[in-house]
Amino acid sequence: MESALVLPEGNALLAQSSSPLWTALARALTLQDYNTRVVLAGTLILGLACGLLGVYMLLRRRALIGDAISHAALPGVVLAFLLSGDLGAEKSLGWLLLGASISGGIGGATVLALKQWAGVRDDAALGIVLSVFFGAGVALLKIAQHLPGANPAGLEGFIYGKASLITLADVRYIAWTTVVVLVVTVLFEKELRLLCFDAQLARCQGWPVGLLDGLLLAMVVVVTMVGLQAVGLILIIALLIVPAAAARFWTDRMGRMLWISAGLGGLACSIGTLLSASVEKVPSGAAIVLTACTFFGVSFAMGPKRGVVWRWWQRVKQRLAFDEQHFLRALFELLEASNTVPAHLHDLHHVAPIALPAVAAQRHWSAVRTRWLARRLEQRGLIVLQPGDEVRLTPRGMIAAARAVRNHRLLEIYLLDRAQAPVSDVDREADFLEHGLQPEHLAELSGEIATGDRPDIPPSPHELPARDEDN
Amino acid sequence: MSTSSSEATPANSSRPAALSVRDLTIAYHRKPVLWNVSLEVPRGALAGLIGPNGAGKSTLLKAVVDMVPRISGEIRILGRPYRAVRRQVAYVPQRESVDWDFPATVLDVVLMGTYGELGWFQRVRQEHRRRALEALRKMEIEHLAHRQISQLSGGQQQRTFLARALVQQADVYLMDEPFAAVDASTEAAIVRLLMELRSQGKTIIVVHHDLQTAAEYFDFVILLNLRLIAAGPTKEVFTRENLQKTYGGKLTLLDEIGEAMRRGEQGG
Repeated sequence: MESALVLPEGNALLAQSSSPLWTALARALTLQDYNTRVVLAGTLILGLACGLLGVYMLLRRRALIGDAISHAALPGVVLAFLLSGDLGAEKSLGWLLLGASISGGIGGATVLALKQWAGVRDDAALGIVLSVFFGAGVALLKIAQHLPGANPAGLEGFIYGKASLITLADVRYIAWTTVVVLVVTVLFEKELRLLCFDAQLARCQGWPVGLLDGLLLAMVVVVTMVGLQAVGLILIIALLIVPAAAARFWTDRMGRMLWISAGLGGLACSIGTLLSASVEKVPSGAAIVLTACTFFGVSFAMGPKRGVVWRWWQRVKQRLAFDEQHFLRALFELLEASNTVPAHLHDLHHVAPIALPAVAAQRHWSAVRTRWLARRLEQRGLIVLQPGDEVRLTPRGMIAAARAVRNHRLLEIYLLDRAQAPVSDVDREADFLEHGLQPEHLAELSGEIATGDRPDIPPSPHELPARDEDN
Repeated sequence: MSTSSSEATPANSSRPAALSVRDLTIAYHRKPVLWNVSLEVPRGALAGLIGPNGAGKSTLLKAVVDMVPRISGEIRILGRPYRAVRRQVAYVPQRESVDWDFPATVLDVVLMGTYGELGWFQRVRQEHRRRALEALRKMEIEHLAHRQISQLSGGQQQRTFLARALVQQADVYLMDEPFAAVDASTEAAIVRLLMELRSQGKTIIVVHHDLQTAAEYFDFVILLNLRLIAAGPTKEVFTRENLQKTYGGKLTLLDEIGEAMRRGEQGG
């Protein structure tokens, strides 16, 4: 990211483009303006801090408290503006942020107090604080706007965000805040993890839960305040939630989630800033949030394990695996029907061939589907396709087929005997359940059902390899 | 560690009880949920804490680990207040008390049991990892160490929680409904664990619902229904009469008084 800041100024090719939008984008991307560079640096590190903090707030189930805090900041901003007596065009940011922090902090504390002492539920407490404080802020803002000689134009930037107003001094505020958040994240990694997962255990072990929560809340207040200008108080909550929620789709580990979220936050802020710098009239807050939401959408779709595309692909793969098992079982059952199941493991090289149409009939599959599955099984070395539309189980395939049949029948007996399932349903249920069998279930099934006197259950070919779905 | 491995040592009167509760009264929003409870659990007992829903069983355990404010009463663990014996006490909350979709592995969760002995900023070390795996082995879920916790069954979740308590190597174990909605093999594994802990001289107090198995599992029984009905060795206390007192009929009077106190608070 640092290298982007030192791109050679005035890329001739880009600057000569005709479209004004393109020119503006090119100007922004090549960071020709000093201002763009400052703004970009500010929003980027702000995004980092929000991303990190958002993970804690999300996991602690306090994500929305940031919303109450940011809305509660408005009356503080306006009051500070009125009290500072600085009615000229120049704003004194320090004062405004101080006012914002105080009223934002009061707002956050009020939410917790309403919950703790007045027995008001979370959502109600948030709603009350958010609307009351924001309402007061809007009223104060109107008063400020009608004061003679006052020029509160900059104040509206706090509501919708106006990143272009960020100055080098602001960037310093943001940078220090981010450093603090980073240090806390690294130092208190263990304590915060425990707090987020199981606050009860944390309290039992003697950790100061209230203090840790207070630390998180204080960081949210500060980050929200320094972020007000760039993103605005209405939308900053999105930066605290969306990158963290998106990061969850990419990992199952909290450590990684923190860094992914920070990265997404930083990236969303930079891209959003550049977009808003090149497209007139799109406020930076909106551009940043929309970019972050795009990231969320992509994560939601593509994230491993949790993303929809991934889950869909897993279902397809699972369906295939089911079908292959069914195919093998059908072959075994057809061998049984013709009394040609090999009696010993060393006979496995002389398994009788079976016609594909017979398999299709057994499973009620179309010829195309049957042939396609046969090819897949052949690729896996479990069967051999022979001329004349026949297949033959290889030794490995024979073992796999015997295991599939064994599992299916053990389950059927279990369902009949133990679950008192109706006979008519047993085959269908076992059909489905057998694919969920784990080694531990199998061990339990074989232990529960005496198989010695059941000739219809193929003996276990050999020990199942212990498998763990994770790997 | 094993200095206290005493099975048959007669109760030494100079040694304080594992748990002693005196005149404990607890209220939520001023409505009492435990009335004036006094009891003693001797060291080495495997005690069942039994009573109907809403009898205050979980509250009693939470009070022992200082998690709920009390109106009156004193609680001593091994003769000392909880603050002084934190690391000798392992509390196993109900498993619904946490979010199992949290981004962590089974090993991560079990390691949290060791955080109590680590100071600020200290990280878990190899030794803690080794102990965590050992605890997982005891619960027979070592193969799940690196599994994401959202993929666990109810029984596996419970085993994870118990492993997290085991890793603390405590002397007193407080378990809130470990048998609730677990499969048969997990129940058997928990029973084996309880027996093993008892044979090591640990004290275990278990919130339990199933009267059928209570007499079989526990050698000490605490019967609770807002107030203490009885506490003592199973043979003496787990009687038909006591059970009727515990379960038979609501304690209407206490309920009404509690309700009145709650209203009183709202009035003023």
